[in-house]
Amino acid sequence: MRELEGAYYKFSREPSFKRQLKKWLENYAGRPTPLYLAENLTRRAGGAKIYLKREDLLHGGAHKINNTLGQGLLAKRMGKRRIIAETGAGQHGVATAMACAALGLKAEVYMGTADMERQRLNVYRMKMLGAKVHPVDSGSKTLKDAINEALRDWVTNVEDTYYLLGSVVGPHPYPTMVRDFQSVIGKEARQQILKQEGRLPRAVVACVGGGSNSIGIFHPFLHDLEVELYGVEAGGQSQQPGQHAASLVAGKEGVLHGMLTYVLQDDNGQVQTTQSISAGLDYPAVGPEHAHLMNTGRAKYAAISDDEALDAFKTLSETEGIMPALEPSHALSYAMKLAKMYGGSDSVIVNLSGRGDKDVEIIAKRMLE
Amino acid sequence: MPNACSNEHQIHSKFEELKARREGALVAYLTGGDPDPKTFVSNATALVEGGADIVEIGIPFSDPIADGPVIQASSQRSLKAGSTPKNVLDLIRELSSQHNVPFVILTYYNLILAMGLEKFVSTTKDSGVSGIVVPDLPIEENDQFHNLALKHGIDNILLAAPNTVQSRLRQILAKSRGFLYLVSLYGVTGPRETLSPQALETLKRVKSLVNSRIPISAGFGISHPDHVRTLMKSGADGAIVGSALVKVVAEHLDSPGEAAHELKNRVAELKSATR
Repeated sequence: MRELEGAYYKFSREPSFKRQLKKWLENYAGRPTPLYLAENLTRRAGGAKIYLKREDLLHGGAHKINNTLGQGLLAKRMGKRRIIAETGAGQHGVATAMACAALGLKAEVYMGTADMERQRLNVYRMKMLGAKVHPVDSGSKTLKDAINEALRDWVTNVEDTYYLLGSVVGPHPYPTMVRDFQSVIGKEARQQILKQEGRLPRAVVACVGGGSNSIGIFHPFLHDLEVELYGVEAGGQSQQPGQHAASLVAGKEGVLHGMLTYVLQDDNGQVQTTQSISAGLDYPAVGPEHAHLMNTGRAKYAAISDDEALDAFKTLSETEGIMPALEPSHALSYAMKLAKMYGGSDSVIVNLSGRGDKDVEIIAKRMLE
Repeated sequence: MPNACSNEHQIHSKFEELKARREGALVAYLTGGDPDPKTFVSNATALVEGGADIVEIGIPFSDPIADGPVIQASSQRSLKAGSTPKNVLDLIRELSSQHNVPFVILTYYNLILAMGLEKFVSTTKDSGVSGIVVPDLPIEENDQFHNLALKHGIDNILLAAPNTVQSRLRQILAKSRGFLYLVSLYGVTGPRETLSPQALETLKRVKSLVNSRIPISAGFGISHPDHVRTLMKSGADGAIVGSALVKVVAEHLDSPGEAAHELKNRVAELKSATR
């Protein structure tokens, strides 16, 4: 951990590292992404203007590439050639496989078998991109267990292996480092809204699983106290334990994966299983910085159910011709509720963190039911 | 109340006693409540009867990141059978009132937090436990817990790994009580055929920093009497065997009566390698 922290602070401050990362983000990943005023959706919601930060247009189809390029370049500078990663929905796994292929690194990805089943497309993509996928069959067979397994691999092979964590979770320096790499989202969005609207938005809304896309867009707005920040968790099927993944809304303080944060757990401290239609939000804890933002009141957190997220998916697809991933569909659903409460001169930015191609199968199944 | 205070410094006395006999300590591990309370108690009793000098009991956690597949599976079996920290500690109370060996527990920090630090430490003490190992609580974060353990007279046993840097190793050695838990390899717990190349190297490095103030016990991957013998020859004060014993429990799920018999024999073989 100390080796990683030292390397991160050393290299990330170097102008040559910054230049190199900027070049990769622009020429390879496709930054900057547009901030799109969704006029049809705005009319449908009836209220504040809804802007979409189009991270779904990035290479790979999600915001994850911002972080994998950053950490991939760092791993290279540290002289580590073997990269391991965990993945839930498979987006981080795909983004890791892409960055590793491009940077000449070897990628191995841990993925829960339940997630491999429901995000099959991403499993194929990772394999085609040259990554090795390790199925994880323990516990709830989802993201939490993939992280456990990746951590076990890392302590075993720490000398030659770099653990490329995909969210703002885990031990220090991961939450800080991943936030820094994802903050590019908020930096761009802030400049873009000032240019398009001439003022800051009333609110910024993003979905929260581990919390990387949300911290990425929140962070540059933290000191703009007039901008409300909303994190949206997975409400799953119900508020019963085991049927959702809303760690901030329903969890208790605890320690998991080397961080003190909010954890969904029983009275004895055993971590509970989670459930969400979106594999990317299916995690029983949350990045510690979100816990802090909730405790200080700077950001507010709410939960949106599976059904509400599906409705939002359909609405955006039909009104704007944009198919969002199920994860940001949670944020969209909440943003439409918010927009209704605001006036037409206000604006709300939603971080559209990924595209919905990976979810087509799940959604088609649910629509036929 | 059984054992009020008699568990204080019991680990220290045990190492002194063994040193006088020119023996190393055999620390034998099982996961508490695995596969069910009754079988567990008879298995743990077999460890003592086989000659274990210290008995280490895991309080099962849903996400044991320091453990390999063998102990993960045992934790799941125990949790499925309904184990909670409270009822595992009750089982240890039963064992410690009958057997005069130090009992040490290993658990993850979230279970301690959930019960409340002070309540956890005092309940542990009342159960006759002499030492606590918490693999996911780094020294940088353990002041509060460490002080509570000191206050209640329980040894907070700390871990060091092959890649622990020298300055941090010094802090760990200064703070660890009872013994130092030396992680003998890069990785998680689990039975191994051979002793890891890092084991002896790390042992040597640690030995050069300790002036015999605190005993060193090596664990992770220690499975055969040969491993124990080599460690003792290289200056370890104790050897910790876990997964190799838990595997015996797993192999006898259909014949739990035989598990105790087999465990007793295994422990006796391992123990003879410490002499």
